[in-house]
Amino acid sequence: MGVIIKIISRLATLVFIFVATPLFAADGKLLATPGVSQIEGSGGGGLVPWAQLAGYASQDEIAANAFCSQAQLSDFRLRSCGAQLNLYDRIELSAAQQNFRVNALDTSIDQNIIGIKARLYGDLVYSKWPMVSLGMQYKHLNDTAIAQSLGAKDTTGVDWYVAASKLHLGAVAGYNLFWNVTARHTQANEIGLLGFGGPNQQTRLQWEASTALFLSRELAVGIEYRQKPDNLGIKEDNWSDIFVAWMPNKSLSITAAWLDLGSIAGNENQKGPYFALMGYF
Amino acid sequence: MFQLMHKFLVTICVLALLFGCATHTNQETLYEKLGGEAGVNGIVTAFIKQIGEDKQVFHYFKDASISRFRNQLTQHLCAITDGPCAYTGDSMIDIHTGMHITEKDFNHVVNLLINAMNEQKISHRIQNKLINRLAPLRANIIYI
Repeated sequence: MGVIIKIISRLATLVFIFVATPLFAADGKLLATPGVSQIEGSGGGGLVPWAQLAGYASQDEIAANAFCSQAQLSDFRLRSCGAQLNLYDRIELSAAQQNFRVNALDTSIDQNIIGIKARLYGDLVYSKWPMVSLGMQYKHLNDTAIAQSLGAKDTTGVDWYVAASKLHLGAVAGYNLFWNVTARHTQANEIGLLGFGGPNQQTRLQWEASTALFLSRELAVGIEYRQKPDNLGIKEDNWSDIFVAWMPNKSLSITAAWLDLGSIAGNENQKGPYFALMGYF
Repeated sequence: MFQLMHKFLVTICVLALLFGCATHTNQETLYEKLGGEAGVNGIVTAFIKQIGEDKQVFHYFKDASISRFRNQLTQHLCAITDGPCAYTGDSMIDIHTGMHITEKDFNHVVNLLINAMNEQKISHRIQNKLINRLAPLRANIIYI
């Protein structure tokens, strides 16, 4: 199963990048409104999946996007690359591969994630009520030794989430204000990198939120917050970040952030910079 | 959850304070902020020029009378920005029914309006306020 997932996600990425590029070129959304990619491959901010589907497809278009991001923490490094296909601004299919470097053990953990998200209601900019989407992320851990040694029950898991978001035009002294709230049902430890479930299994519903202010059409600054369970009983912390995203046109976005990921597998105070690059086709 | 909501609310308050104080002005209408009659005329003229030079959406406008479009749009913008006018033209539904305007083309026209406002040196923050007034009209314009 793991091999199949790995092959599918790699193939999907290749197809998106090399074949899809000249076919789509969707640009039916307003600049910057689709957001960027989060670390699990779904359309969102850096940490939190948002209600928007990734890419500039309007309801008559198909969009393909690809991204890579890197988070450099005190004792770890997380690389994530992936791609999304946006079908008519109704369905988002995503695939991502994560590589989590553990400096202390001189090893790394690979995880593959396949996601699907459906827009249930609304439009980020124009609908009266917030846009709402339902999403799923299927996660498969390829390197299971560390997860198992910490007491994780499973090495695959499924996250379900409902996200609501809205852009308020001119809401803060004329600047556009964005917010998103996500409720996620998950058993993942450190988003799945340390497996799923464990001896200290807690409530599975976690809350996540983002907000951003658009200083111009191209530039947004914001914060994110992501609640996480502590199934392994090793004081897993909630995550947060402060970010700047620059979207100079409908083909490119560059995101820089400062992460505060707290304690990871007993290593406290994990902070550091995050960079992401995303191409929209 | 409490912690989350707390962070969220604190951020909103900080943002509101930071940017709210800067614009404590008298009760100027949006119409006046756009430059009144001259300002709105300038935006409409620049907007018509943008449409005239555009390949993607010009076909929606090709049978329209430019002078009528100019007068109705000027009046509509004046009314919707609390200017001293009342809009007496046809409803958005009547005007756009049968045109089958797509979401993509609608957003493209929004971009042309933004281009026109940039040309006329309308500030980013005033642009957003005008777009906010116009946004609810979309439901009566696209896919009909």
